[in-house]
Amino acid sequence: MSYALGQKQLDSIDEILQTDLVDIGVHCVFLIDMSGNIIASLDDGENKHDIYSLAALAAGNFGAVSAMAKIVGEGEFSLLFHKGKKENIHFSKVLAEFLLITLFGNDLSLGFLRLKVAESVEKIKKILEPIHTP
Amino acid sequence: MAFVNLKKKEVQVKIVYYGPGRGGKTTNLEYIYAKFNERIQTEMVTVKTHGDRTLFFDFLPIDIGKINGYAAKMQLYTVPGQVKYNATRRLVLRGADGIVFVADSMAVRREKNILSLKNLHENLKNYKKSIFAIPLVFQYNKVDLAEQGIPLLPFATMEKDLNSQLKRPAFEASAVTGSNVVPTLKKIITMTMASIKDELK
Repeated sequence: MSYALGQKQLDSIDEILQTDLVDIGVHCVFLIDMSGNIIASLDDGENKHDIYSLAALAAGNFGAVSAMAKIVGEGEFSLLFHKGKKENIHFSKVLAEFLLITLFGNDLSLGFLRLKVAESVEKIKKILEPIHTP
Repeated sequence: MAFVNLKKKEVQVKIVYYGPGRGGKTTNLEYIYAKFNERIQTEMVTVKTHGDRTLFFDFLPIDIGKINGYAAKMQLYTVPGQVKYNATRRLVLRGADGIVFVADSMAVRREKNILSLKNLHENLKNYKKSIFAIPLVFQYNKVDLAEQGIPLLPFATMEKDLNSQLKRPAFEASAVTGSNVVPTLKKIITMTMASIKDELK
């Protein structure tokens, strides 16, 4: 089982991530699937991270938190956010199979970031919806 | 599931090392990490408990060059082998494109191998995948222990226990010394890439 995304779709995703998130000041943003594959990634040019490892751990982390939610009778924990001293990570589910991960500093408020993430998620959904995944 | 990036001409494939606890799955990855150091740009990620056992997974991304013009990135994972960690094991298995089943050749671990394979079968079913359809390679690990006089199961017995119906390629190996670790990896890469070749046109 595999799936593919073409130049046009990937360009559109890059553009959404750039204008909605990188341009407002996030350090790094990447879209992955639940297997841990990276679909798109952008950064502000200053903050380089090992995104392959981050993607693998993020997919596992999100899966673990979802499983925890089910055990305590929640369908899902809607806000998944890790706060650090300088760097924060925000996770947002896109459809059933994808995850948008944003790394940002303290100069950006969580509320504003959530708003912008929600906007980009809606746009990305339209691009990813046609892909049939199990 | 594999992801094909047509823009970057890149394919990302997930290969999972499965098997009973203390069978040598992490040791396989550690050997590969040491051997192919120059192809691996990142550190190997491991999530371990205090007792050095895998708690969640190990992760190792490795570039294997171009296949059909696509840069192939193999994402190698191990699962935690211990029975009690089935919830995390199932998470790691999500979206796997190929599986290496690392069995323990020690005679005392015979039942653990069989139970772990059964568990793999059930966990794959959970994702609506069949163990008969997914690329799978067996590795009968720890053959080096024979020198120390530890009773091992002969190849034929391992085959009969685990591979009599599946009939997949199997290697006798020693992850500690590195014997047959790379052939196992090569085999699963070949089989997995063949299974997704229709996407790479």
